[in-house]
Amino acid sequence: MSTETLENENQQVIEAPKEEFLSKRRKRLITDPLNEDNPITVQVLGICSALAITVQMEPTLIMSIAVVFVIVFANLIISLMRNLIPNRVRIIVQLAVIATLVTLVSEVLKAYSYEMYKILGAFVGLIITNCIVMGRLEAFAMGNKPYDSLLDGLGSGFGYAWIILVVAFFRELFGSGSVFGFKVFEAVGLNNFATNGLMVDSIGAFMVLGILIWVQRSKTGYVEH
Amino acid sequence: MRQSNTYILIFTAAMTVVVGGLLSLASQALGPAQKKSIELDTKSAILASVMDLESMNLKGEQVLNLYDERIKSLVVDINGEVIETDEDGEPIVAENVNIAKNYKMDPDNRMFPVFRYMNESDTTKIDAYILPVYGAGLWNAIYGYVALDNQFEEIVGVSYGHVQETPGLGARIATDEIQSRYEGKKIFDDSGELVSVTMVKGEGNAGLDEHHVDGMSGATLTGRGVNDMLENYFSYYESYMKKTAGGSSAATASLQ
Repeated sequence: MSTETLENENQQVIEAPKEEFLSKRRKRLITDPLNEDNPITVQVLGICSALAITVQMEPTLIMSIAVVFVIVFANLIISLMRNLIPNRVRIIVQLAVIATLVTLVSEVLKAYSYEMYKILGAFVGLIITNCIVMGRLEAFAMGNKPYDSLLDGLGSGFGYAWIILVVAFFRELFGSGSVFGFKVFEAVGLNNFATNGLMVDSIGAFMVLGILIWVQRSKTGYVEH
Repeated sequence: MRQSNTYILIFTAAMTVVVGGLLSLASQALGPAQKKSIELDTKSAILASVMDLESMNLKGEQVLNLYDERIKSLVVDINGEVIETDEDGEPIVAENVNIAKNYKMDPDNRMFPVFRYMNESDTTKIDAYILPVYGAGLWNAIYGYVALDNQFEEIVGVSYGHVQETPGLGARIATDEIQSRYEGKKIFDDSGELVSVTMVKGEGNAGLDEHHVDGMSGATLTGRGVNDMLENYFSYYESYMKKTAGGSSAATASLQ
């Protein structure tokens, strides 16, 4: 008996590197953060930026792209360096990697999309303190292989992105009567649609986010312990 | 080995060099594009006070060309005298004058740029004077450009911007809805005294005279900031206005 289990274990060790390119486990790395383990609605991280930049769709989209970029590359870089990073300074190393990527994003925005830079300026810088990014580095990239970390970054990034885009959609629709600057209500003939001032305020984001969390939890049955 | 102090020191030093090098490289490579973006942003804001740039649908390069065609700029001091060189003898370019930096200095020492909007067919005639304004809103700085007609009597148009006024309330100063309220308002009264244009409290006020504009509901303090900003800058430019409006505007333009 005991030799059999030992053999099984040996087999597993040998099989492990042959894992499919997109195995079930790897798919879960991407899909879990989208719904069941969403960084915003379940882990309740990154709320600050979810409130601050979701007044309109366009800046939200740029912010989403920036966060996905930062989180994916930070995960990849830290994972590649994970065996070199001295344990005692790992947080500083993580921070330096994130800060470098964020500064790069901010500089590129400033050069090629100055309008967006003016709107998002301060908040792009605040990606550095977005707990989602650092949380993934510390919890995942420090102990996993580069490819898995990249997938994990994609999952968390998109999990963050779709939530803030949904919030921004409702806030812009009811707050400004438009979607991506396109006046929806005027297009369908409702010229004097009363926009809701609460929606352009952070309070609107809290409400939309609250409803979103409610809907999601009633479906997944997730309960906080 | 990985936990030894020497390793940590070498590791962090190497990381600093790599990260620092990367960032300075990016900053060097992107510098020219950033400078152009900022230039385009400034020039668009100046032009926006006299024309509706958005509906004209111009691309970056076209805006810069239009600006070169129609705008002639100069810099004056508090007494309305044109200044051409700074203390070091370097020529002053009006577009490069940092209004925010000047705002912190004593008005007597500040430089005040004037952007002259020239007539389309007769390029020696001035259609409007565009003056930069700067002040404090409720949360942070507010700024903009005010275009006055060639006799400094009427406001032709304004374009305001802000750093972080409340969205939906004070931030409305950046919208056409608010800015169009200033068009046609007068800054001098009948006796020639400077009275500026004041935004009143509350919204939907009827029967406002030519020195008042309707307010923004829920943004009284931002409105007050705008009022102070306009009043201050009109008074700074007053000597220049009085000097220039008296003489022939065509003559001053030909000086350039």
